[in-house]
Amino acid sequence: MSSGVSRRALPGFGLGLGYAVVYLGLLVLIPLAACLVKAASLGPEEFLAAAWTPRARAAYALTFGVALIAALVNVVLGTIVGWTLVRYEFPGRRLLDALVDVPLALPTAVAGLVYASLYVKTGWLGQFLEPIGIRAAYSRLGIVLVLVFTGFPFVVRTIQPVLADIDVEFEEAGAVLGASRWQTFRRVILPMLIPPALTGFALAFARGLGEYGSVIFISSNKIFETEIAPMLVLVRLEEYSYAEAAAIATVLLGFSFVLLAAINYLERRSKRYGS
Amino acid sequence: MWKRLLMWLVVGYLVAAGAWVIASGFGRKEQLLNVACDPTRELWHDMNAAFAAQYEREHGMKLLIRQSHGGSGSQARAVIDGLPADVVTLALWTDTDAVRKAGLLEADWENRYPNRSLPYVSTIVFVVRKGNPKNIRDWADLTRPDVEIITPNPKTSGNGKWSFLAMWGSVVWRGGTADAARAFVTAAYRRVPVLDAAARGATMTFAQKRIGDVHLTWENEAHLEVKEADGELEIVHPGALSVLAEPHVAVVDANVRRKGTASVADAYVRFLYTEEAQELIAKNFHRPTNAAVFARHQALFPPMDLRRATTLVPSGKWDDVQKTFFAEGAVFDQIQIAGRK
Repeated sequence: MSSGVSRRALPGFGLGLGYAVVYLGLLVLIPLAACLVKAASLGPEEFLAAAWTPRARAAYALTFGVALIAALVNVVLGTIVGWTLVRYEFPGRRLLDALVDVPLALPTAVAGLVYASLYVKTGWLGQFLEPIGIRAAYSRLGIVLVLVFTGFPFVVRTIQPVLADIDVEFEEAGAVLGASRWQTFRRVILPMLIPPALTGFALAFARGLGEYGSVIFISSNKIFETEIAPMLVLVRLEEYSYAEAAAIATVLLGFSFVLLAAINYLERRSKRYGS
Repeated sequence: MWKRLLMWLVVGYLVAAGAWVIASGFGRKEQLLNVACDPTRELWHDMNAAFAAQYEREHGMKLLIRQSHGGSGSQARAVIDGLPADVVTLALWTDTDAVRKAGLLEADWENRYPNRSLPYVSTIVFVVRKGNPKNIRDWADLTRPDVEIITPNPKTSGNGKWSFLAMWGSVVWRGGTADAARAFVTAAYRRVPVLDAAARGATMTFAQKRIGDVHLTWENEAHLEVKEADGELEIVHPGALSVLAEPHVAVVDANVRRKGTASVADAYVRFLYTEEAQELIAKNFHRPTNAAVFARHQALFPPMDLRRATTLVPSGKWDDVQKTFFAEGAVFDQIQIAGRK
């Protein structure tokens, strides 16, 4: 406390905030602004013509659709895995716990390639799935599968610490008051799990929107069918249409921002409700 | 005490780092950066070693040639955005010309070196499964209902563009109308189960995942693919007719002027036309433009009627090839939409 009158208990607030603002500006805001500026070089009509064609709309719908489905699947799977890892003692638990982070470390293109070769009709899994009419490689289902893979760690890692923090006394209190196991779970544990599940959902969803490397290897990249919006951006870039590419990126950015803000709002509300 | 020590450590670190930077600046050897498209990785690896050896013999100076590889279009964009390439060796005329449009090349870049700046050419051929079980011999076989085709997306891949042009040309060069060509490519792309974004992706789809009956690809890629596959695949030269793929070379004028590498870069490109380099080119399965070397490798390159892609548009200009076939809403987009019904 050399300056004497600081009312904060921790020193270094000024420096910390300064760093945060500078780095966020350099790393996030300036690149995003550059994208918007590029897109703004188009007139409103040109912008619409570039970013709101039937083909682009199909690509947005697909991108958001598969990201949402994958994030939902991840909430269910991630909660189960998180629960298992926190609540039970079993041999190999540490190893399993470490495996959860693998999707973050693996280059996503590798994931796409591996999934594709597993699920094609001659692949280990595809040879059983194709005969019963399930096409997992080069289809929308395939895209969902790789997005589940790449988004998986987010839900597990947001749920785990919350589960670990829940005291057994809450459950014991529930049991003493005559609640069944299921009632205790639904009334006591579930409300506490909703905020981290929402955070995990938002993270997995955001990851799915931006995912490119894995998807192009398992998607057949056919327009109106399996063409994701990031692929469309690349197509425009290959035509040296920088502004048109930025326009599509801007629309993606806008949608994502609105959706993420909505999830954030829900999460805050549920936190207030839970406590 | 600790503060002092820490300060000296920081000062020492900065001095050492600075000295390192200066030392590496003085002791610098000559450097060139060749920004190239994907399927030429092996070729440039051999070529750069050969030229560096020759350069050291003649000038007594070590020369380091670095290579950068990626999709042709994204490589062009990297150079436009400031990647300091001395030489660009891209798959498509339009990609090299995009670098000119950005003000980095002189207007006459195509006429700067012999044979329209083409030390070698290539073409699009078929790769099929061993023994050619579906008996795919000519372009017309591509639209048969029992044939599945693997070819990358022409919108994002140079290889894909050349394959498209070869398919279109196979009709037009034999006297067919543009309407017939359109009907043919529409039917052919209906036979494509996966439109990979780039050439090597398509190779993996065909060779490793065993999807499709025929893979349309550069002749040199086809040779590598067959070699890798250990007798599982073979090459077909479709009807002895295909497109003349023209991977131009160009010295990036603005960059070499700034870096002072103009004469080295020029010597590098001229070296590509020497007999030694032409042999390396043949060894890497590109068609050498030196007639004597080409004749020596007849076995690798069966005679084919190779036509220039610019003959597909009335004006004979690449800009119009791009505009007619690959621009937004042009022929490829139209047939893709038609093909999904």
